[in-house]
Amino acid sequence: MAKRTIVPFGPQHPVLPEPIHLDLVLEDETVVEAIPSIGYIHRGLEKLCEIKDFEQMVYVVERICGICSFGHGWGACASMEGALGVEVPERAEYLRTILHELGRVHSHLLWLGLMADGFGFESLFNHCWRIRETVLDLFEKNTGGRVVFSICKPGGMRKDISNENLQEMVRILNGLKAEIKEITDVFIEDSSVKNRMTGVGVLTKEEAMELCAVGPTVRGSGVRQDIRLTGDHGVYKELGFEPCVEEAGDCMARTVVRIREIFQSIELIEKAVEMIPDGPVDVKVPKKVDGEFAIRLEQPRGEAFYYAKGQGTKFLKRMRVRTPTNINIPALVKMLAGADLADVPILVLTIDPCISCTER
Amino acid sequence: MDKITAVQDFEYVELSNLISKVSDLKAEGYRLVQICGVVLDDETYEILYSFDKDHQLKTLRLDIKIDVDEVESITGIYWPAFIYENEIHDLFGVQFNHSQLDYQGTFFRIVEETPWKPKK
Repeated sequence: MAKRTIVPFGPQHPVLPEPIHLDLVLEDETVVEAIPSIGYIHRGLEKLCEIKDFEQMVYVVERICGICSFGHGWGACASMEGALGVEVPERAEYLRTILHELGRVHSHLLWLGLMADGFGFESLFNHCWRIRETVLDLFEKNTGGRVVFSICKPGGMRKDISNENLQEMVRILNGLKAEIKEITDVFIEDSSVKNRMTGVGVLTKEEAMELCAVGPTVRGSGVRQDIRLTGDHGVYKELGFEPCVEEAGDCMARTVVRIREIFQSIELIEKAVEMIPDGPVDVKVPKKVDGEFAIRLEQPRGEAFYYAKGQGTKFLKRMRVRTPTNINIPALVKMLAGADLADVPILVLTIDPCISCTER
Repeated sequence: MDKITAVQDFEYVELSNLISKVSDLKAEGYRLVQICGVVLDDETYEILYSFDKDHQLKTLRLDIKIDVDEVESITGIYWPAFIYENEIHDLFGVQFNHSQLDYQGTFFRIVEETPWKPKK
């Protein structure tokens, strides 16, 4: 038997913008076991519900992550609206769906860039992020923010987006499709990319389900699991949503799921803009919360769980957020076992880890 | 819209029945969604175990006495539960027994020990 060595990976590593640590147990250059370690920057944001009222907590929850901040704000609002017994206007649900899908386009383009950077394809990284800038410009024009938007509030939306602006958004996104296809084709067809991703980090359908994986990580393993199917949030049922699923279970399959989701999100935005009704975008909400409500959203990285519990005052007793990266870490540990040491950075990136979310 | 569609399926479970109930859910094909702690009062925590089957959420409520009750780990049934059990241990001070991956209080590097635990 080869001699076993333990190589520490992280918490600082070129592919990691945020700290996570893995103890990699190696036999020669093969990983036989990986022990994850997080908690370097746990911020305790959930505990702020003791000193921030429920409306202020939306600002806090949005700041869990700078990539899927809109979704976090929406999830927090939806859980509070459920606890308050408030039904939001239909136009607000359409606007939330549109901005959430725009966030998915931005998040997946960001991830594609990071992945390209991870396997050393710098020009591809630059092109992914160049295109993403246009998406951020759309956010800025329609919400006023590029990272944190604060446009969602309990009861609906803080401001409306005009139909003209929505149509312009569709026009710009449709114009981006050709450019996105050009760069995503490189991910799918370039031999150097295929060498790094095809057949690497295979997670079977059974393993993905056993490890409770979520998002593109589980859909890349052939599992039709997407919280948008529940109809619990947004207008996905009205839009006729069907998730993107790939069967191979390797890094390439997870990449293809995300690429397909970029185009799907643009189509969903286009349909939503066609169907959006006129009307108000918010309703008044009670000033005290005295119920509880659990709801899930399909964030770009997968299922996120939000739970709000009131206590008859303006402060919540509990605001719980379980982010997708939390529950994809066990799947990552499984993928790493048997992998080459050189593939570890690619495998870490393949779950699209967000440590900011994990360390909420 | 959220209010109408998101079904709230909460069910109480006794500490002595936790493992058999969770085993039953696993056998029925449920996936573990999350576990979290809630401070009910100075003496009681509520642990919420959420599961999913066919996109329907089901949550078990377990009430435990702070500093008195210890909870059997469900990592033998759902291994990924170690993420949540270690988190609840470090933040709330709940003891989970027979965990398959116990970080023994080092999961989170936090300045204050068990910050969610009510101050006596």
